Amino acid sequence: MLPLEGLGPLLPEHLSELFVGIALFAIIWFVVAKKIVPLFEKTYAERTAAISGGLEKAEAAQREASAALEEYKAQLADARAEAAKIRDDARTQAAELAAEIKQQATDEAARLVETARVQLEAERSAVVRSLRSEIGGLATELAGKIVGESLADDERSRRSVERFLDELESQSAPAK
Amino acid sequence: MHPLRGLLVPLEGGGEFVPPNTYSFNSRPLFPSAGWEECHPHEGAAPASCADFVPTWTDAWLTNHVCQAAIAALVVIGFWLWVARNQRIVPGKRQFIGEWLYDFIRNGIARDVLGEEYRKYLPYLVALFTFILVNNLFGEFFLFMFPTFSKIGFPYGLAIMTFLLYNAAGIRKYGFGTYFKKMVLPPGVPWYVTWLIIPLEFLSNFIVRPFTLALRLFANLFAGHLVILVFVLGGAWLLEQKDSLFYNFSGGVSIAFSFAIFALEIFIGALQAYIFTVLTAQYVHSAIAEEH
Repeated sequence: MLPLEGLGPLLPEHLSELFVGIALFAIIWFVVAKKIVPLFEKTYAERTAAISGGLEKAEAAQREASAALEEYKAQLADARAEAAKIRDDARTQAAELAAEIKQQATDEAARLVETARVQLEAERSAVVRSLRSEIGGLATELAGKIVGESLADDERSRRSVERFLDELESQSAPAK
Repeated sequence: MHPLRGLLVPLEGGGEFVPPNTYSFNSRPLFPSAGWEECHPHEGAAPASCADFVPTWTDAWLTNHVCQAAIAALVVIGFWLWVARNQRIVPGKRQFIGEWLYDFIRNGIARDVLGEEYRKYLPYLVALFTFILVNNLFGEFFLFMFPTFSKIGFPYGLAIMTFLLYNAAGIRKYGFGTYFKKMVLPPGVPWYVTWLIIPLEFLSNFIVRPFTLALRLFANLFAGHLVILVFVLGGAWLLEQKDSLFYNFSGGVSIAFSFAIFALEIFIGALQAYIFTVLTAQYVHSAIAEEH
């Protein structure tokens, strides 16, 4: 022990310091190793998991959202195309319908005109026929009275009346 | 009989100033045995009758400084248990304080120095840093006003632990022969200087490392505490002198200046805890590193 006396404060006053220091430190080391560090590391691991889990969840949500957006866009485009088609169809149909109605109207008008014409023709020929006989009779009778003799049953006079009427008719025909 | 009586005695005397010296760092038993007081006077030599004084085991083992170290250990363990319980993913204030300190050691020291293998040595470094830090701060706080590690026995103990740790780490990884060869003979040394390098490396890696660790920590705190004692005790002695205004004035300046020294000591205490921990990590790293 004597040579160590010269060390002064570099020599432990009591060896108890050395052993107690080591023992206390060993106890702290043990507690920290068995309890503290595992607790902290567990929290850190959970935190890392929570953060990366949250990120994954957010990514999934983003993917889902963009998929939904794509779908909506596609649906919208479909709807637009369909609307355009319907509009075109309607336009075409309307045009067709209009043309048809026009045609029908034209046809109807033509038919009406034709009917009227035929009727008029028939009436005219009936009037002509009755007038011919009536005017012939009247004219013959008038002529008989004028010349003083009856021309009623005379074949010749009837012929001349006919001729006269034909002439009249041929004159009036171009005017018709 | 206050444990700090040894520090306060010069004030009581009021006469001749007794400067603080190494005896100011002596421990006192919490329960001194009969005769201990007489044989451990604060000044001068012990009486001749003390030649055959045999201290009991409580005189050596239950001293104020041993007790202080035990309280420091309780504080450290209590602190870590307090901040580590009921941990949540989103930390509260209490957990945030714990994580701040834990991350400082984990990321700032262990992972920086040790790289991927830091996890295995992290508990040692956490325990080491906080134990030294609390003991060093005891020099400026609480009831003690005495840095535990200015008693050389404690730094020796921690240095022995670190010595065992880094050698065990190296031996476990490489086996004794390979590890020893790696430590005494760095690769790439020309053959003609091996006779010089091997003793130097052996001395450096196995002797100087633990001693410098212990001495650096001890000397910083010992010197710092001694400086504080000089300023506080000297200042108080000067303040007590009745017949000199100059003495009293310089005593006041000295006391005021001691506050600056206290602040410096807080910084040095934290710094020395950091250095001890970083060097321990560094030694472990050099023991397990692939390339020397």
